Amino acid sequence: MSSKSITGEGGAGRAGDKIFSGITVTAGCLILFVLFCVAVFLMWQALPTFMADPADISGGGGFGRYILPLVIGTVIAALIALLIATPVGIGVALFISHYAPRRLAQGLGYLVDLLAAIPSVVYGAWGMTVLAPALVGPYNWLAENAGWIPIFAGPASQTGKTMLTAGIVLSVMVLPIITSLTREIFLQTPKLHEEAALAMGATRWEMIRMAVFPFARPGVISAVMLGLGRALGETMAVALVLSSGGLIASLIRPGNQTIAAEIALNFPEAFGLRLSELIAAGLVLFLITLAVNVVARWIISRHKEFSGAN
Amino acid sequence: MLDTTSALSRPGSLLTKNRLPRYTPWIVLAAALILGAALSALIGFSVTSFAIFTAVLFVLGGTVVTWIVEGRRHAVDRLATNLVCGAFLLALLPLVSVIFTVLVRGLPGLSPDFLLTSMGGMTGAVDNATTDNGTAVLGGAYHGIVGTLLITFWATVISVPVGLLAAVYLVEYSRGGTLSRAITFFVDVMTGIPSIVAGLFAAAFFGLVFGPGTRTGFVAAVALSVLMIPVVVRSTEEMLKIVPNELREASYALGVRKWRTILKVVVPTAISGIASGVTLAIARVIGETAPLLVTAGFVNTINFNAFAGWMSTLPTFIYRQLMSPTSPTNTDPSTQRAWAAALILIVMVMLLNLGARLIARIFAPRTSR
Repeated sequence: MSSKSITGEGGAGRAGDKIFSGITVTAGCLILFVLFCVAVFLMWQALPTFMADPADISGGGGFGRYILPLVIGTVIAALIALLIATPVGIGVALFISHYAPRRLAQGLGYLVDLLAAIPSVVYGAWGMTVLAPALVGPYNWLAENAGWIPIFAGPASQTGKTMLTAGIVLSVMVLPIITSLTREIFLQTPKLHEEAALAMGATRWEMIRMAVFPFARPGVISAVMLGLGRALGETMAVALVLSSGGLIASLIRPGNQTIAAEIALNFPEAFGLRLSELIAAGLVLFLITLAVNVVARWIISRHKEFSGAN
Repeated sequence: MLDTTSALSRPGSLLTKNRLPRYTPWIVLAAALILGAALSALIGFSVTSFAIFTAVLFVLGGTVVTWIVEGRRHAVDRLATNLVCGAFLLALLPLVSVIFTVLVRGLPGLSPDFLLTSMGGMTGAVDNATTDNGTAVLGGAYHGIVGTLLITFWATVISVPVGLLAAVYLVEYSRGGTLSRAITFFVDVMTGIPSIVAGLFAAAFFGLVFGPGTRTGFVAAVALSVLMIPVVVRSTEEMLKIVPNELREASYALGVRKWRTILKVVVPTAISGIASGVTLAIARVIGETAPLLVTAGFVNTINFNAFAGWMSTLPTFIYRQLMSPTSPTNTDPSTQRAWAAALILIVMVMLLNLGARLIARIFAPRTSR
């Protein structure tokens, strides 16, 4: 190649510069445009639901009455997932960053990342055929011995396909997100802080409590919120695992439903107003997860200078 | 001071005073194993209760022994160590269980026939006959494999150029302005969009343009690219950022224009990282189910055209076989097909993940160090 063609002397080169930067700006704007479109098209298609006579909506009580149990179900599932995944995820991250032998740490990290590589439908199938039957025994025990607590009220499901099972499957899917983010932050704790704590005679746990946790707190919070966003929007695990029904306080009886699973189960056969209803439900889900993600990202960006979460 | 002198007069090293020997955890573990077995035998022996009792006894026993000998602070430390290690083992349980289940249930159904036949002509009667006669399960996931590959291909064709160029804009052209900050922020937010919402968006968009109920492979590809673009942008951005500035400056110093510098110097230097990032993005979307369910539909026959007609994919194939088995009375053939398809899907994803690491390693630019 001649030097002339490389340096692109003259007008052609200048035009190339302009065109190329124009293309890249367009691509960037296209992303914003797509996100904008997601919101606009969902709203557009959901509009008939909001305009319709409340009696025509499924359940006959208007959209608010239809969506509220679904929102509550979605939040319950996500909360169960987080209650399990947060302590375990932080524990796994600590194990990899501060407890495991240095040489093994990276390999063990890959192993946990493998959890993220398994497709959600496979988790759903696993939850449905392996986990749910295995949990029937414990659920019966809970219903007998802890039935006075409303969330464990019996009679327990004899298939194990309950909200608690769905929440456990979700927690497995959220775990790698929380682990990988918190691990990165734990690894960035200033070495000098850690060594100072140890030199003062602190045990390893005291060092972690005094040096690692205060440093990592914002990062951990945002990691948990990103996990929450994932748990709220996860579809297949719930659709396959949960035997759905109306809103119910007990977590070990069939019942409850989440927005995402409701859409997945009903969309293929839906048309007309029902279709619009499901899209409106999707819009609600979109807004909830958007809010959660925006807050999480905002926390991360506020602490960007000393957290490497992204 | 008196204490010190009395301590000094004691035989043995001060450093090992009030210290448990290093083999203590093993002794505690052995005791916990024996007691755990005894306890679980009391309520009817099972592996699960044995494991739970042993774990609880091990953690409690270790803490108590340490508390008595070494004091409270060390007991808390021991407790934390045990819990952290326990959390890791607990996290491995589902991974092992999922992979074990998929292998055990998927391998019997895996055969060349399964890979090369579709579900065309497979009715409940066929499955009933199979179960009654005890012959091999007929039908396969060929249409699903074709659909998955086609849809993923189109999603990649859409997302890679957009994601790559947007990342180039963010790293090379933007100077931290409002637009670039907005793009960075919303790309991050986009990674959190629920996959079903992406599917609904594509369905709503094409429904509005081409009439309601439009479901083709291409609609699904658009839905998947909404999920894929942010991943491509993020990974490409990271890779472009670590290209040393000296390379760009050297190129400019030779009089090379900026766009030629980017195309001939910056991108080729980072190409291995970009390629592995793209591969990981493909691995992420290839297993997506929910968006395909609302955009591509499901059929039993092979469809090579992504622009017309419904299209089946591996994830939706698994879902349908489990949720509405071909034969409602004999579900075993359907379950077997679902697990075999799950095995194929997992192998695909793992190969992509492995490929990404290999690409990153093999094509990494040679540095002087």
